[in-house]
Amino acid sequence: MTGFTPTPARPAPANTVGFVGWARENLFATKLDSLLTVLAITLILYVMKVVFGWAVIDASFSGSDRTACLKDVQGACWPFIEAKFGQFIYGRYPDAERWRVDLVFAAGLIGLVPMLMPNVGHKRANMIFLLGFYPVFAFIMLTGGVLGLAAVDTTDWGGLLVTLVVAVTGIVASLPLGILLALGRRSDLPIVRALCIGFIEIFRGVPLITVLFMASVMLPLFLPDGVNFDKLVRCLIGVALFSSAYMAEVVRGGLQAIPKGQYEAAAALGLSYWKTTRLIILPQALKLVIPGIVNTFIGLFKDTTLVLIVGLFDLLGIVQLHFTDASWATPETHITGYVFAGAVFWLFCFAMSRYSIFMENHLSTDRNGS
Amino acid sequence: MQAAVLGALLLAMVWLVANVQSNLERQNINSGFGFLSERAGFGINQTLIDYTEDSSFGRVLTVGLLNTLLVSVLGVFFATVLGFSLGVARLSSNWLINKTAMVYVEIFRNVPLLLQIMFWYFGVLRNLPTPRQAVSFGDAMFLSNRGIVVPAIEAGSGAGWYAAALAIGLAAFIWLRRRARLALADGTMMPIWRPLLMVTVASFGVAALLAGVPFSLDVPALKGFNFRGGITVIPEFVALLLALSLYTAAFIAEIVRAGIQSVSKGQREAAAALGLPDKTALSLVVIPQALRVIIPPLTSQYLNLTKNSSLAVAIAYPDIVSVFAGTTLTQVGQAVEIIFITMMIYLSLSLLTSYAMNRYNARIALVGQDA
Repeated sequence: MTGFTPTPARPAPANTVGFVGWARENLFATKLDSLLTVLAITLILYVMKVVFGWAVIDASFSGSDRTACLKDVQGACWPFIEAKFGQFIYGRYPDAERWRVDLVFAAGLIGLVPMLMPNVGHKRANMIFLLGFYPVFAFIMLTGGVLGLAAVDTTDWGGLLVTLVVAVTGIVASLPLGILLALGRRSDLPIVRALCIGFIEIFRGVPLITVLFMASVMLPLFLPDGVNFDKLVRCLIGVALFSSAYMAEVVRGGLQAIPKGQYEAAAALGLSYWKTTRLIILPQALKLVIPGIVNTFIGLFKDTTLVLIVGLFDLLGIVQLHFTDASWATPETHITGYVFAGAVFWLFCFAMSRYSIFMENHLSTDRNGS
Repeated sequence: MQAAVLGALLLAMVWLVANVQSNLERQNINSGFGFLSERAGFGINQTLIDYTEDSSFGRVLTVGLLNTLLVSVLGVFFATVLGFSLGVARLSSNWLINKTAMVYVEIFRNVPLLLQIMFWYFGVLRNLPTPRQAVSFGDAMFLSNRGIVVPAIEAGSGAGWYAAALAIGLAAFIWLRRRARLALADGTMMPIWRPLLMVTVASFGVAALLAGVPFSLDVPALKGFNFRGGITVIPEFVALLLALSLYTAAFIAEIVRAGIQSVSKGQREAAAALGLPDKTALSLVVIPQALRVIIPPLTSQYLNLTKNSSLAVAIAYPDIVSVFAGTTLTQVGQAVEIIFITMMIYLSLSLLTSYAMNRYNARIALVGQDA
């Protein structure tokens, strides 16, 4: 007797596997889907044609003034970006001193990258470097005036440098301030609580631009005669106060999520309020709201552009300023400049949002694993 | 401890007020709100109410506030429509639609709003041809660097009949919806749209019989260097509205997506098991539950949009910050009062919006619990 030999399974119908199957399922499942797909493809092709045509086919790539960008059908004017690139990054920071800015950028990267990678150790030393040493280093390097460095006035700062200075200062200042405000809002002391609520609600209720107006127009009035801050510092104060109010609400969300038992356990161990907060509550609460904190950072980063309205030249401000340069006046200069600035901002914000998603996943696996 | 905080705060306040007073005296700046009734002396290029250069600064404030409200309300409307469509598209089983919506959201929410406003204004709208070479749509609508000119509808005598017809239609809509909502408690489905259509068509038919067609079109035409007639929408307004709507829509899309995803699959399956058709399941089961998750963050997006409309100052759209905290401030110099008034107005707008949205939120939360 011959053994039983099963007929080999027949392959799945050709139109249910591979690309055809995928397309049938995901693009042409129903009549409506097919219609939408065709519409979407038309739209995408059209947008790609416009964008690609503008940025590559009709664009100018080399030249030293506006004549390079004056054709019948003209796309992007990239030589404009090339010619002004140094300005866009450093503003009017003196050419000979730009290495100092580069050094500050490099040191920031060296400190930040290992900090952001969860698997690299020595977090405490890293933190001390970033929050203790780095700000002092950056301040000395950027302003100069000591150690034989030439002094550079903040009115000469500009471009990406100002954007990053405002954003980083805002981020570094708003987190501790926000935590204090959030703790104050949940405090048992009625006066402290009322003050914190008032502060948070007022700053969250008004646009940043009015806060910046206040910082640039009203702050000088509040100070005694003769005391005056630099314009950049005034904007930094405004931005930091504004974002700390938003940060406070994010942190409060985290604080509310901590179960009461944690407080009671800490009290049972005899820990004081500050010890409870520092050792038990905050580490858990902050971990919970990392996505919210990063979102606030992204919002803050985008909001740094508003300083141009009160007369500082951040990246967008300096791009805007160079549109007035007559030797580069073409119909396409504006759009080219905005696309460049937009791409830079987009890169930073997108990177931050991806990092937040990465951290969220990383932390949630930690929790499941334990 | 608390007394110390309060004392320190009071001392600081006294010190600040003293500083302000001495500074103001030194710079010869008046104080008080008397300036509000003084003559403004500058023109504004978009006014919803009568305004001339002889109007007062108080009138400037009203004009600016109305312009802020106009762009905010329209912005909220367009951002909501676009945002909900994108949010639903993000959940589409159609891969291409889904990814297109994703690309839109990622691009628009990661680029600063101010940059987007400037892009549309200086990059696009200001680059349009002059009125003489304006892009024409059927010789009735024109697009140029002076903005968009559209025909105006002028109502003659008898237009009141049409207004009455519209009012009847609206009243019928409200009544039909109420009837349907009450009937739903017994599980009866009452039609809304078909009777509404019949009522509206009938009432407008009667109006047409009684009054004929009392409307005429005021079509704009090129006279000299600019257009005469029609309604001109200034480019500042178009740029601001466009940027605010496109930017906020990206955020609303994410909120809507998260909201719909938060309704568990079992709810949909249960609705299907009860024999509800897809559309009914969506409107009676999924959307009411999703709305509860959507409304609170949606409120803060509306508030953000209103506050973001203050970026108008960058392109000189005459909103409250631009004409009041900007032009008026430089003319009068009373920074303290002007910034205070501006901030108070924004605060009240915020509080009013969140009050209204909280009321709405409470209503949907209740509906959910009753069912």
